Amino acid sequence: MAVTAQTEQVRAPSFFTQRRWRKLQEFSFGYTLLAPAFILLAVFELYPFFFGAYISMCNWTLDCRKFIWFDNYVRAFQDEDVWHAFFVTVMYSVISVPLQLGLGLALAYLLFQKVRGQEALRVMFFMPYITSSVASAAVWAYLYSPDQGLINFVLGKFGIPAIKWLGEPTGIFNLMLRSSGVTLPWWGEGPSLALLSVIIYTTWVFVGYDIAIFLAGLGNIPTELYDAAKVDGASGWNLFRHITIPLLSPTTFFLLILTVIGTFKAFNHIYVMTGGGPGDATTNAAIFIFQQMFQYNRYGYSAALSFLMFFIILILTVIQNRVASERVVYD
Amino acid sequence: MASLTPSVNRPTSFSWGRVFIYTVLITGAIISVIPFIHMIMTSLKSYGSVVNLNLWPWSPFGDEPLQWQNYPDAIAAAGTDRIWNMPLVVRYFINSIIITASTVFGVLITSILAAYTFAYIDVPGKNILFMLVLATIMIPSDLTLVPKVVMMFQWKWYNTYAALIVPFLVSVFGIFLMRQFFMQIPRDLFDAALIDGGGHLQYLLYVVVPLSRPAIITTALLNFIFAWDSFKWPLLVTRDSNMRVLAVGLQQFMASEGGTKIHLLLAFAGMVVIPVIVFYFFTQKYFTEGIARTGIKG
Repeated sequence: MAVTAQTEQVRAPSFFTQRRWRKLQEFSFGYTLLAPAFILLAVFELYPFFFGAYISMCNWTLDCRKFIWFDNYVRAFQDEDVWHAFFVTVMYSVISVPLQLGLGLALAYLLFQKVRGQEALRVMFFMPYITSSVASAAVWAYLYSPDQGLINFVLGKFGIPAIKWLGEPTGIFNLMLRSSGVTLPWWGEGPSLALLSVIIYTTWVFVGYDIAIFLAGLGNIPTELYDAAKVDGASGWNLFRHITIPLLSPTTFFLLILTVIGTFKAFNHIYVMTGGGPGDATTNAAIFIFQQMFQYNRYGYSAALSFLMFFIILILTVIQNRVASERVVYD
Repeated sequence: MASLTPSVNRPTSFSWGRVFIYTVLITGAIISVIPFIHMIMTSLKSYGSVVNLNLWPWSPFGDEPLQWQNYPDAIAAAGTDRIWNMPLVVRYFINSIIITASTVFGVLITSILAAYTFAYIDVPGKNILFMLVLATIMIPSDLTLVPKVVMMFQWKWYNTYAALIVPFLVSVFGIFLMRQFFMQIPRDLFDAALIDGGGHLQYLLYVVVPLSRPAIITTALLNFIFAWDSFKWPLLVTRDSNMRVLAVGLQQFMASEGGTKIHLLLAFAGMVVIPVIVFYFFTQKYFTEGIARTGIKG
């Protein structure tokens, strides 16, 4: 006891009053708790960002052979394959985003109608989303197989001749016009059937996720609003159009941003199902950037393309935010 | 169309509207699960039946027994790991489990610790630090793929577990979710714990963590899906077949042997998918709750 009394006497007049000492202890404890997360974020997020910017301005083989400023970026704009990959990416996004969200909303709305077995149905819809994308893509590649696949087998029963699906680089409009002998130019032939097949798979995977989110959003709409509108004589489509759609818009907007970003990054399933082929029919930006690094060892070029992609997604998100601020109803 | 309106007190009597609803929903649900059923069925057929598109080669329509042998055959066809002396498929499983378990566990720890400070300790510069954390959300993982691969080579981490685990031990989303949850815990509890003589550490372990079970489960599940599904990164930073994870192993099998032996490929795919589906059935309540609460994939 005597010892503690003595130390306190010594400490009392100094800078470290007990109170301050406690605070200091608390702060160092706080910073210690933050440290693991911050060190990891700094090393694996922040540093690579700047390191990547540096690499993108290099002619990189094992290290920076030559600092070439923006040559990689300039080269990207002149590279026809880059424009093609960008075209495929946009096509993929433009078709699959409305398809996914529309189907997701429709199914969620139907599920919301006090359906018996709602739980079981929701579990089934959600299953594709939780399974490994590589495994389900492998299964779908088999479903699409021209001579052994289930899809052509079923279509064959209806007398439809075998379709090449993932192996068909021709645009769908040209496929439809094939018998007439007309051939549309590349910009008018629409997405290749291979790309469309990938889109069908993507829709199959993500609809369950969209349903889950939409259901949560639908649950947040107060039922009194529907009741009040019904008293005023509104029904069916009108209720959906004037109550559900506007009140669900924050959810829809959230999913829209997420889905657009997701489609711009699509990689795993495309790599497994087609590897970017046939030819380069399904080579989107993510596949192209990956090939530049993995197959051709063009690290600098690949890094530059990644940054370009990042800016495009950033601009898209900003535009979506702008549009949404006028359209989305938050209460 | 009147039956399409959400209604609280509508009796579930027969109407064409409801027939329509059920038809659409059940068709959709069947399309969702049929690839899985087809996968399992094909994985139990002989090669001959697969090639000849025999949908049901078993009794009562055919005389083929269920080909359980396809599973051991697929494992054998994928090769052996000479270093650990086991089939490669088993090694893939072990790798995937090691990586998934460590990342889930690691993310939980780093998130809970960081979130605790953000929620309870007013360290100087806290707000700036939190903004910094949120800013890193803006850096997509694909953007930093090239520099991170280069780093793995420079650090000699290429083809090691460290490369597969360490970069994923932190999740901004996990930190954010935990912090939101911690802030909802009434402050009175904290004061009461302090009066009882407890410090921060006791409070964190005995009050905050038990009360945050839902947030912890959500973070764990989302990171589980994310880690189990990882493909691009392991493909980039591993070279030897015994360092592959399940997804990469399956893709490589498909690109070689399994490309022609479809029944074996689908047996392999079944081994990857079925454990996850079983796991999902037991935890699906938490999945849907978690997704609804957070709305974000890991």
